[in-house]
Amino acid sequence: MATTAIAAADPAVDAVRRRPGLLRRFRRYPLPALGVLLLAALVTSAIGAPWFAGQDPFEMNVVDRLQPPSGDYWFGTDAYGRDIFSRTLHGGRVSLVIGVAVAAASTLIGLLIGVVAGYFRTADAVLMRIMDGLMAIPGILLAIALMSLTRASLWVVIVAITIPEVPRVVRLVRAVVLSVREQVYIQAATAIGTNFPRLMLKHILPNTLAPLIVQATYIAASAVLVESYLSFLGVGTPPEVPSWGNIIAEGRLYVQIAFWNILFPSVFLALMVLSINVLGDGLRDMLDPRLARRL
Amino acid sequence: MWPYVIRRVLATLPVLGVVAVIVFLLLRLSPGDPAAIIAGDNASADDILAIRAQLGLDRPMLEQFLLWLGQLLRGDFGKSIYLSRPVLGLIAERVEPTLALSLSTMAFAIALAIPMGVLAAWRAGSWIDQTIMAVSVLAFSVPVFLIGYGLVIGLSLSLDLLPVQGFVSLTEDPVAFVRHLVLPTVALGLVYTALLARITRATMLETLNEDFIRTARAKGLAEPRVLILHGLKNASVPIVTTIGTGLALLIGGVVVTESVFAIPGIGRLTIEAVLQRDYPVIQGVILAIAFVYVLVNLVIDLSYTLLDPRIRY
Amino acid sequence: MTGLAVSQPVLVVEGLRTEFATGEGHPMVAVDGLSLYVRRGETLCIVGESGCGKSLTALSILRLLPRPYGRIGAGRVLLDGQDLVQVTEAEMRAVRGRAISMIFQEPMSSLNPVITIGRQIAETVMVHEGLDWADCMDRALAMLRQVRIPEPERRLQEYPHQLSGGMRQRVTIAMALACRPRLLLADEPTTALDVTIQAQILDLIRDLQAKTGTAVVLITHDLGVVAEMAERVLVMYAGTKVEEAGVEELFDNPTHPYTRGLMAAMPHLGGAGGGRRRLHEIEGVVPSLMARPAGCAFAPRCELATERCRREAPPLVGIGGTHSVACWVTAGEGVLA
Repeated sequence: MATTAIAAADPAVDAVRRRPGLLRRFRRYPLPALGVLLLAALVTSAIGAPWFAGQDPFEMNVVDRLQPPSGDYWFGTDAYGRDIFSRTLHGGRVSLVIGVAVAAASTLIGLLIGVVAGYFRTADAVLMRIMDGLMAIPGILLAIALMSLTRASLWVVIVAITIPEVPRVVRLVRAVVLSVREQVYIQAATAIGTNFPRLMLKHILPNTLAPLIVQATYIAASAVLVESYLSFLGVGTPPEVPSWGNIIAEGRLYVQIAFWNILFPSVFLALMVLSINVLGDGLRDMLDPRLARRL
Repeated sequence: MWPYVIRRVLATLPVLGVVAVIVFLLLRLSPGDPAAIIAGDNASADDILAIRAQLGLDRPMLEQFLLWLGQLLRGDFGKSIYLSRPVLGLIAERVEPTLALSLSTMAFAIALAIPMGVLAAWRAGSWIDQTIMAVSVLAFSVPVFLIGYGLVIGLSLSLDLLPVQGFVSLTEDPVAFVRHLVLPTVALGLVYTALLARITRATMLETLNEDFIRTARAKGLAEPRVLILHGLKNASVPIVTTIGTGLALLIGGVVVTESVFAIPGIGRLTIEAVLQRDYPVIQGVILAIAFVYVLVNLVIDLSYTLLDPRIRY
Repeated sequence: MTGLAVSQPVLVVEGLRTEFATGEGHPMVAVDGLSLYVRRGETLCIVGESGCGKSLTALSILRLLPRPYGRIGAGRVLLDGQDLVQVTEAEMRAVRGRAISMIFQEPMSSLNPVITIGRQIAETVMVHEGLDWADCMDRALAMLRQVRIPEPERRLQEYPHQLSGGMRQRVTIAMALACRPRLLLADEPTTALDVTIQAQILDLIRDLQAKTGTAVVLITHDLGVVAEMAERVLVMYAGTKVEEAGVEELFDNPTHPYTRGLMAAMPHLGGAGGGRRRLHEIEGVVPSLMARPAGCAFAPRCELATERCRREAPPLVGIGGTHSVACWVTAGEGVLA
């Protein structure tokens, strides 16, 4: 009885339960809906790249190097005569993997540390000092440092981008756990005989879910952007992989004579980050309006 | 007041300590032999041994850490492996462009974001608000190099209005200094602007619903006075906080912007160090920047008393 | 007081209709066809339960309805003959705080927490009278003295959170009267305060009113306050005026069943301490403004309601002197209670 009272009192949880029709939501949140459509298009183009691209992203046609966009090469060619359209579509795959992997990894790790920090007072002090320390180092800088430690690979990039994102998740989860803790204490006092840790867990997940989903979305957007920055700086994804950052890094040498080398991958990158951010804003408004203040 | 200031200053020490430990462990906990990585692919076994000894990697971990910490406390950030020069000196040489770019970007962003956020909150829900918020989310998503190269191609290469890249010291030629800063500032500033505009709108929206805003209007005050004197001053604490925490985002962007515009700042120093596996330099840069970040946020924390008389320590 | 001043009302509101856009077509009507007037030196009390539109009436007079949904749909608000509904926003600003001032219910939140008391009073003077800042601060000091705040010089430099609730309400009164307004709108000025402080604040308002001759519209749900302060009383229910009379006439001869309900809910009027009680003892609740009944809005809660009451809204009719009432049943029965 008391359990449902707490859950129902929380508007975030309430909002998840009430599900108005899809169409009504679309009308009410036109911008997020557009974001979802754009994202869906980008994801489709990335996953389907081998079929849509038409050309091999690695195939060099030195005769056709630095060609402007044309019927043959929709987005033009790079310095080795490789098809930028094909490379851009394939680049989306790298970004997609990184966005999803970093969001999932940092959310899971952050959730774990956050619950521990919120639950055990002794661990809290130590863990939060570590998080404060991590947050004092700008994310890209930390990622750059991590990248310099070992041979570059997609996995290392994912780890390097994930680590700086973890503290933000931890702080979020910890805040929720602490507030839930207060509520559960009161409840445990009245409902004697209930297992306190179990009671906690039962409330933590529903209460953290909405803000976590929103946060994970923003992290995915940030991760896609950071990967491109790392690759652009030459310390990211191995250069032979056609990620957007790598295509742009190679193309920057020819920016004056062949701007399409950087234009198309940059626009794809911007659109992907934009659509994920718009989706995040929409989720935030739908799931938990109060979150707007905390982020 | 003073006891609080002292407490607050002391509270930064654990954070700085943790940063030091993280930076220390980065090298030691990395997979593989850091000395081998630093030495590069073509290094001989002797080279690796020499580097290991130079970095003290052959000693016990705790001893290494204490030695290193002792050096740090004496202001010795170690020596560059590649250039054989003190790291702090290298950083000092590169600090002007980075500082200039960061400060001009902050000024640009604050000047742009606060009116945007206030206007959006004032007319919340209107097309003005929706436009400003749409522009913000766009600015927040567009990579620095797209804006950067767009500006370079549009304004510098086509119209020849501003220099394409590089940096000129203020003491050398103030006009060229400003001209070289314009494009990087705009390219870098948009992300930070978007961040600040969003937080300004959110806090102003809350403030404008307060009773004292209604009182101010009932007194017959004009809207600019209501918004700025009565609204913005009350909304200032979260905005100023975001200016501080957003610094991390800004510094990340500085590294990329310096690369796009070939500005010889700390970001470039870092990238050069990474490409040369010059680990002491990387460590030094991270420590220095974390120190600045903690310091700036400390100052911001202490400034709350000036912004809001209810905050007393 | 001269005869002319008595006969010429400072404020006349005619057929005021305040609406809120709802996004679902037709707007919600919060105040419907309300008329009232108040003369120089006079106190008019508007009584009603929360949500009856009394606060929105005051905000409508000042044109401070919440943006962007609230608006005045019809009616005139005449301040000394000038229709405030028609004037420009700039002209309206010159009226607010100068000709018409307002004090609000919550002294805790209606003062700006980050600006000193002195500045908050002085800026009103500066905006309206264009004096030097030093002169404005002098006026602020004089006003603090007038509202009997101890150590006014020190308070001038203090922030609202350093003052008690009663002191803060004195400050809002000082601020409201700093430009000697012709009309003071007081929206539940004592509701948030302790009973002893309430009496002091009411005394203060009455004293200052006597000194300056300002007209007062006092909004309250507290019949004790009405008995203490009012010359005339206007009873509102669900956005409309249901009864209006001089204060003695109303207490002697409450006619509308709603007014009678209010009186009945207040056992010892005139007894020690004023016997103030909230007006929630009438059965049922105020109807939602979205689902206003077709006939008399009070009919669902009224014991005397007839078929006609439910079908047709009663008009406001005079029943002798300045007493008027909107009720099919009791308007005709004369003086019986």
